Amino acid sequence: MSYVGRSEGERATMLAAVGAARFEDLLVDVPDVLRVHEPLDVPPAASELELRAEVGALAAKNDAAREVPSFLGGGLYDQYIPSALPRVALRSEFMTAYTPYQPEVAQGTLQVIFEFQSMIAELTGMDVANASLYDGASAVVEAGYLARNQTGRKGVVVAGALHPHYEQALGTFLGKEHVRHVAHAPTSGVVDPGSLKLDKDTACVVAQYPNFFGGLDDLQALADAAHAAGALFVVAADPIALAILMPPGMLGADVCVGEAQPLGAPVSLGGPVCGFFAGKKEFVRRFPGRIVGETVDGHGRRGFVLTLQTREQHIRREKATSNICTNQGLIALMNTIYLALLGKQGLVDVATLCFQKTHHAAALALAQGIRPAFDGPFVREVALRLPVPAAQAIRKARVHGVLLGVDGAVFAEETKDVLLVAATEKRTLQDIESWAKALAEAVK
Amino acid sequence: MTPETEIPSVQSGAAQARPGKDAPPPPGALAGLPPPAAPVLPPVPAGIVEPLLSELSVPGHRGVRLPACDVPETDMRQALPAWAIRQEPAALPEMSEPEVIRHFTRLSTLNHHLDKGIYPLGSCTMKHNPKINDELAFLPGMAGAHPLAPVESIQGALEIVHRLEGMLAKITGFDAVTLMPAAGAQGEFTGMLLARAYYASIGETNRTKVLVPDSAHGTNPASVHAVGWSVVEIKSKEGHLDLAVLKAALGPDVAAVMVTQPSTLGMFEPQIQEAADLIHAAGAQLYLDGANFNALVGLVQPGKVFDLMHLNLHKTFSTPHGGGGPGAGPVAVKAHLEPFLPGPRVRRSGDVFDLEPTRKESVGRVHSFLGNFGVLVRAYCYIRSLGPDGLAEISREAILNANYLMRKLAGPYDLPFDRPCMHEFVLSGRNLRKHGVRTTDVAKRLLDFGVHAPTVYFPLIVEEAIMIEPTETETLRTLDLFADVMLRIAREAREEPGTVTGAPWTTPVSRLDEGRAARELKLTWKASAKT
Repeated sequence: MSYVGRSEGERATMLAAVGAARFEDLLVDVPDVLRVHEPLDVPPAASELELRAEVGALAAKNDAAREVPSFLGGGLYDQYIPSALPRVALRSEFMTAYTPYQPEVAQGTLQVIFEFQSMIAELTGMDVANASLYDGASAVVEAGYLARNQTGRKGVVVAGALHPHYEQALGTFLGKEHVRHVAHAPTSGVVDPGSLKLDKDTACVVAQYPNFFGGLDDLQALADAAHAAGALFVVAADPIALAILMPPGMLGADVCVGEAQPLGAPVSLGGPVCGFFAGKKEFVRRFPGRIVGETVDGHGRRGFVLTLQTREQHIRREKATSNICTNQGLIALMNTIYLALLGKQGLVDVATLCFQKTHHAAALALAQGIRPAFDGPFVREVALRLPVPAAQAIRKARVHGVLLGVDGAVFAEETKDVLLVAATEKRTLQDIESWAKALAEAVK
Repeated sequence: MTPETEIPSVQSGAAQARPGKDAPPPPGALAGLPPPAAPVLPPVPAGIVEPLLSELSVPGHRGVRLPACDVPETDMRQALPAWAIRQEPAALPEMSEPEVIRHFTRLSTLNHHLDKGIYPLGSCTMKHNPKINDELAFLPGMAGAHPLAPVESIQGALEIVHRLEGMLAKITGFDAVTLMPAAGAQGEFTGMLLARAYYASIGETNRTKVLVPDSAHGTNPASVHAVGWSVVEIKSKEGHLDLAVLKAALGPDVAAVMVTQPSTLGMFEPQIQEAADLIHAAGAQLYLDGANFNALVGLVQPGKVFDLMHLNLHKTFSTPHGGGGPGAGPVAVKAHLEPFLPGPRVRRSGDVFDLEPTRKESVGRVHSFLGNFGVLVRAYCYIRSLGPDGLAEISREAILNANYLMRKLAGPYDLPFDRPCMHEFVLSGRNLRKHGVRTTDVAKRLLDFGVHAPTVYFPLIVEEAIMIEPTETETLRTLDLFADVMLRIAREAREEPGTVTGAPWTTPVSRLDEGRAARELKLTWKASAKT
């Protein structure tokens, strides 16, 4: 396969035009010792038909090809994607455009981002949002950088059950020595705000809402503790749950971030997904990444541009607020279309169905003596305490055609008997009953 | 003439108001016949171009509906604490499906895009995005794979990751690859972390400086800063690394040197081997910013000289840019850096794939999961489609295209470095300044012809820079048409500069007031509605 349209005659014309007898004459600066003289050691070219067969066979090895009912969550959720969404999102006009460097021919992309920012601000209850970041982890990390720059302090305190991968990324980017984990209480699954032990080096407190186990930490109490210590309060939130939950902006959050994948993007092995980043307006000049603002053109017509670019690496270089260059434009577009298609009532309906179905799954588990791991409320995901290691139960259930849930060992060795279960609006009563049967078999 | 009178009035028509003799061509003129003589009015009325979702919303309209609840219901007010329950639904739009479809479809038509015409942004490698790759990335088995599923459930996905790592190692000539970084900048950051972990392992923690040429991408110094190291900018000489300056800057406190090859000027660093010898003798790592790898595929294996590099799969490996992402920024390393790669990594034992527990020496996790998998699938498909010959053709035709265009444009545009280029080249618009025309005006005028502008004002070391990267997938015909437009604009700059400085004339909006956007900061529709 080749995507180059070039005849021998054209090549000869072009070489002549540049005064080269052969292509090699153009490589005046490339030392011969560095040249590759052998063909690259990759498999021979596959035609489109052959490629389709090859990748189709690889895809068929994944359970997702058979639409096995999935109760997996852990930060990525199997939500229904309306048919209209890919039809619009995958249009060439969006897919094959790049960063809107020339806003006069990029108003489509720019207005979509402005709408994305508006709806993320609305869901989170924050003043402003950016154009998106790579994923939930990068959004949490960038919130840590913002807090550091704002407070001049280094420490990040993780309050309770933050997604373990986000916490690992915090360690990678901000330095493990600066990240302190304050454990959730073993019975409630939530953190005691009195146990944070914040000090003059705490730049921010980070909590998840709902937390990794699906429960609800007392955000306002955590915010008060953070603010009393002069630190910022960062909340990592699930955007679907925010349809029915009090927005973090009304519970003391200074920055609210999270993973936007559930808003209409496929799980796709965890990428590309989309981190959202919202906050109070006084911090906007410390925001990472791209931000779109409204303005007017020469006719006074409304238009949109990338703004506050003096924060960014291409201008500020090492003094930039972040090294981030791209956003996740295509996924943010999917999120925007999703929110428009579902709308004000539809998103509440999705969140309510997730709440109801997960509660029903928990009730069926309880009927067979399997209790939640914690005694507090949960929203759209529940942590169950199994009599056997979760990994073992998950493998057994898979043989019965059910993806039972996420292994609690992802969080910590101590929670390896915890199974995280999320039933989305896609799971029918029958799916949930099959799940309960598979669970009963799997813990025998 | 005041700026107001230069702008064509929609009511009175553009012809009277515009300076100059030529009428503006319609958008898309490049693809067909020469522009007609009659002026073309902007296709939208003055005022709002496309309403916002918030303005289209009508209370009571509904889009997608969901099934009724089929399970026994739990009372939410009993199950959740009162403080946690949202009192008012979020003010999201209320629209029917056709309204939503029309809104986004109309918005899409306001974009220039690669499937419509040339997009010669330097350093961005806007090459054709093969359609089969998108389709295969969205196969249910790929798009639905969950990274926290048991590994038995995602064998095909892990296998494709493992295969792609192997193929990229072969193509670049390195020993190991991580696909986890989500973008080039994250790849750079990961690269710096790898160097830091390596030096920590050999007890050389005093190495905290990174040398970065003055022509580097802005992400280079920003990524160095993000790991807490300091940047030392090194001045280039005639667009190339200056070995004397490099040698003087090297020392026991230098951890790495970041080089873009070819440089952002589109020129191969001819003394890279000598530079590498100096850098290695000083004990530092030689990092390659692989943004320009499109010039090197099948031609040069960086692993022969460099210690590590990042790749931009959305550039060299043709994955769609998506209006600004997602990208993917894999990092390839020599063996001495492999133990430090981010984890978890995909491991193969016989025909079974699993995730290796993250090693103790690893720098840790840089992504929520395993990276931008959907982008990786597309890159895999691209490499499999091209094979060894197709891959070698990338750099060969990209270099030929760039040289061809450069020769056509040199003269009317100033060519600061007059020698054969690699996959891109940098012109300067400084000779147009005497006519009152700047590079940004040239960029805006190009938009009138259905052409995207090149990268402008970068690299920073070239005055009024115009950085052009045609890529290998542009045909001779398109290059000729693009050159004709560029030459026409150079003539306009001399003969009727107002036509250039007032451009664009035919785009959905005219030049936008960026200063006002930054001063007034309307970043949401709520803020917009307040005025």
